[in-house]
Amino acid sequence: MAGSTLHDGLTPLNAAPEQTSDDAAGYYTLGEKLVDAKAPTGPIKDRWTTRKFENRLVNPANRRKLDIIIVGTGLAGGAAAATLGEAGYNVKSFCYQDSPRRAHSIAAQGGINAAKNYKEDGDSTFRLFYDTVKGGDYRARESNVYRLAEVSANIIDQCVAQGVPFAREYGGLLDNRSFGGVQVSRTFYARGQTGQQLLLGAYQAMERQVAAGTVEQFTRHEMLEVVVADGRARGIIARDMVTGAIETHLADVVVLATGGYGNVFYLSTNAMGSNVTAAWRAHRKGAYMANPCYTQIHPTCIPVTGSHQSKLTLMSESLRNDGRIWVPKNAADCEKDPRDIPEEDRDYFLERIYPAFGNLVPRDIASRAAKYMCDEGRGVGPKVKEIGPDGEERLVSRGVYLDLGAAIERLGRDKIEEKYDNLLDMYARITGEDPYETPMRIYPAVHYVMGGLWVDYELQTSIPGLFCTGEANFSDHGANRLGASALMQGLADGYFVLPNTIRDYLADGPFEKIAEDHPAVLEARAEVEARIQQFMSVNGTRSVESFHRELGHIMWEYCGMERSKEGLIKAIGLIRDLKKEFWSNVKVLGSAESLNQDLEKAGRVADFIELGELMCIDALNRRESCGGHFRAESQTEDGEALRHDDEFAYVAAWEWGGEDGSPVLHKEDLIYTAIEMKQRSYK
Amino acid sequence: MKLTLKIWRQANASAEGAVHTYELDGVSQDMSFLEMLDLLNEQLLTTGEEPVAFDSDCREGICGTCSLMINGQAHGPEVTTTCQLHMRSFSDGDTITIEPWRADSFPVVKDLIVDRSAFDRIIQSGGFISANTGSAPEANSVPAPRDKAQRAFNVATCIGCGACVAACPNGSASLFLGAKITHLGELPQGQPERYGRVTSMVAQHDHEGFGGCTNIGECAAACPKEIPLDVISQLNKDLRTAMFKGF
Ligand SMILES: Cc1cc2nc3c(=O)[nH]c(=O)nc-3n(C[C@H](O)[C@H](O)[C@H](O)COP(=O)(O)OP(=O)(O)OC[C@H]3O[C@@H](n4cnc5c(N)ncnc54)[C@H](O)[C@@H]3O)c2cc1C
Ligand code: SF4
Ligand code: FES
Repeated sequence: MAGSTLHDGLTPLNAAPEQTSDDAAGYYTLGEKLVDAKAPTGPIKDRWTTRKFENRLVNPANRRKLDIIIVGTGLAGGAAAATLGEAGYNVKSFCYQDSPRRAHSIAAQGGINAAKNYKEDGDSTFRLFYDTVKGGDYRARESNVYRLAEVSANIIDQCVAQGVPFAREYGGLLDNRSFGGVQVSRTFYARGQTGQQLLLGAYQAMERQVAAGTVEQFTRHEMLEVVVADGRARGIIARDMVTGAIETHLADVVVLATGGYGNVFYLSTNAMGSNVTAAWRAHRKGAYMANPCYTQIHPTCIPVTGSHQSKLTLMSESLRNDGRIWVPKNAADCEKDPRDIPEEDRDYFLERIYPAFGNLVPRDIASRAAKYMCDEGRGVGPKVKEIGPDGEERLVSRGVYLDLGAAIERLGRDKIEEKYDNLLDMYARITGEDPYETPMRIYPAVHYVMGGLWVDYELQTSIPGLFCTGEANFSDHGANRLGASALMQGLADGYFVLPNTIRDYLADGPFEKIAEDHPAVLEARAEVEARIQQFMSVNGTRSVESFHRELGHIMWEYCGMERSKEGLIKAIGLIRDLKKEFWSNVKVLGSAESLNQDLEKAGRVADFIELGELMCIDALNRRESCGGHFRAESQTEDGEALRHDDEFAYVAAWEWGGEDGSPVLHKEDLIYTAIEMKQRSYK
Repeated sequence: MKLTLKIWRQANASAEGAVHTYELDGVSQDMSFLEMLDLLNEQLLTTGEEPVAFDSDCREGICGTCSLMINGQAHGPEVTTTCQLHMRSFSDGDTITIEPWRADSFPVVKDLIVDRSAFDRIIQSGGFISANTGSAPEANSVPAPRDKAQRAFNVATCIGCGACVAACPNGSASLFLGAKITHLGELPQGQPERYGRVTSMVAQHDHEGFGGCTNIGECAAACPKEIPLDVISQLNKDLRTAMFKGF
């Protein structure tokens, strides 16, 4: 913890930032600062305890009278539904899949962090907090992150009690591994399928409440609008995806747990249905969208092979523990069989540039390095078509080798098989190549978003009564996310944080019932119906899919791993044109009164287009490089990310500026009292 | 490559269905089976015919959403999910028949999509450990033998896809059921509810109209997660004990 001491947690260690650059001038208007995120004051280690005590209680007899809508059944939403149902509230739970068990959290592979210090290797709440803030490049709120570290240990207890089969040692105790650039072993895992097992735990707990009658579940339902009446969120408008019926659901409070929006890039490791619609509709109704440009790109995915591809598949980061990453030294060797390239002609570029961390450098650094190698013409694997920054189409190989050869020689094939199990089979299935025989090919892909709806310490958005949890909110990760921390956040929010903060809001309830013909309800319904009508009636010539793909190309090229002022301005123009084209030329067949997958997709893509523009504006404004945001204009002499804490140590919370207006930027200064900011260095 | 596709089309649950034939060209070996259907749908859009509805989400073999009978086999010719089946398993000129899961307890919703909510109701009937949030003991206070934890994990990997039901001539969900019973029954935390759980889950299974198990084994052969048949023995054993104990 290099010289960093346990501060009193009271005195500010940095001054408020003052932005002098203004790259996005003309694209936004400046709003008032956000001065109160509602974190309790006092020493950081006492803040959560203080808040739990301060928050009012709801007497058990009254809970039955309170209705809670939770949209999303991933780790964040499923855990919250189970817990609030148990507490005796009336919960209505929504998801677009046919079963809550299929939420995207199911796909998480690597593991979940917790400060249990089972290995006695010096872990503690403070160290997990410290690593997480540093990993996020000091762009996260310290109070939130501390709380996350604090409740992490309870998560493991909870999951084990539910029957989550974590990996165990021979003595029957839980096993841990180390993960993603961290020096302690604090990651709990269930082979390569940790997300699946955690989600099944939450799902089962929730189904138990369905049986008990406290949770009512609505599957194949898509939320398309929030109802905001008299300044408070009071319900949602949802479409029954089977019958097409538009339904109104009213409640005392609404929680969005709808996951991340990485699919704005078209190709990503996210599930096909992952979308931004719920968050975006709320944004248009007044909820701020924070740090939308922060995207995490994961270095070890299976590369794109052709234009037919619908998604990218992640290969767990843990492979970097045993795999060496290289490209040929000479571009002329790129088409050769890698086994025919002798050792001296291989460039182990991460080991060369970052000798201290080698293949284990953080995700953003590993990703950028791979991109540079391919940009130089030393990428390997099939050539794919892409549109370059000059607007010209070109053919490039987008892959680098991840070579397990040395590890197989050292440990034997059996050991590697046991360690990585289904991962290597999955690779073989997708690529048709045997990873035991020839080096695997990998390339970075969009994986997670750190941006999302702005929430205060209580997880409440800027709309009273609208809460947001899990990946859909912005709160805990800053500009980057360490491995195994998103699962931790989802479950922390769902099991422990939200249930304790929402009760303070509900203590004022039950709110006076609003009728189905309240003007706010009618307005929200009318908006949904008009929009659906519009999709069905454009009757143009282009498929929804083709718009999504084009948006994805723009986002990846100009707002992907590296961003520049020039590129971002260009992207904003292209996205605005695309939006016009969409509304005049999209084609949706079938009817709105039945299951219609193209119609579902049209709504999601329309929202992605608007979000894409905001992401570019946010990226344009932030003329600094931090975590998953790399601005070409802000780098050190040797090409590393350069932060500007004096200008940008703030959360950018954007307010919807109206259909023809520009977005309004509200800044929330990030003041640290427990940790001193430092530049990262992995050299 | 070029393919002839015979696909079950059905507008909704009450409509009558029929097999439609489509010719599709330009299919690459590297496509997943679902990407091949995406391609077909793009083609249908140009001719103004409504796209074929099918379920998928993760497209990496873990969410259990995809579900197709391909040439009469659940998830097709390989032991994997439909989203992880690649077109290199087929050859140029092939005719491929694509239908939805076939089981009375999984009614067709549209085209290739079926309703599997019966699985959720089986879980509701007891497929959980009752552990309220906040009341859990320290995780390491109850050790779990490694081999038992491993077996629990191996069967907990069931993705709830329903291929076992679709493959079974009786339409039984015993493999799915056995996997959950075994997962929870192998762990110390699952013991207090063990026998009540099996009784109520089996009752719900039967109530949903799933058939009885006659040990044919098609389920395990079709299961993409290779859940072994012995979970059904475990299920039967626990059920007998439960009856004996009067649950
Ligand atoms: C391949 C992969 C591997 C990962 N591995 C790890 C890992 O090892 N460790 C780690 O910590 N993190 C990992 N992550 C990240 C982590 O899995 C996610 O951040 C996390 O699971 C998100 O959980 P969530 O509950 O917020 O949302 P999700 O699980 O995405 O759930 C979203 C829910 O919202 C619903 N929904 C969305 N929109 C609507 C709407 N409009 N109407 C109705 N319902 C809607 C969906 O139906 C779903 O139920 C991984 C991510 C990926 C993609
Ligand atoms: S037992 Fe196998 S086939 Fe049946 S639902 Fe589970 S994973 Fe699917
Ligand atoms: S789409 Fe998730 S398992 Fe096939």
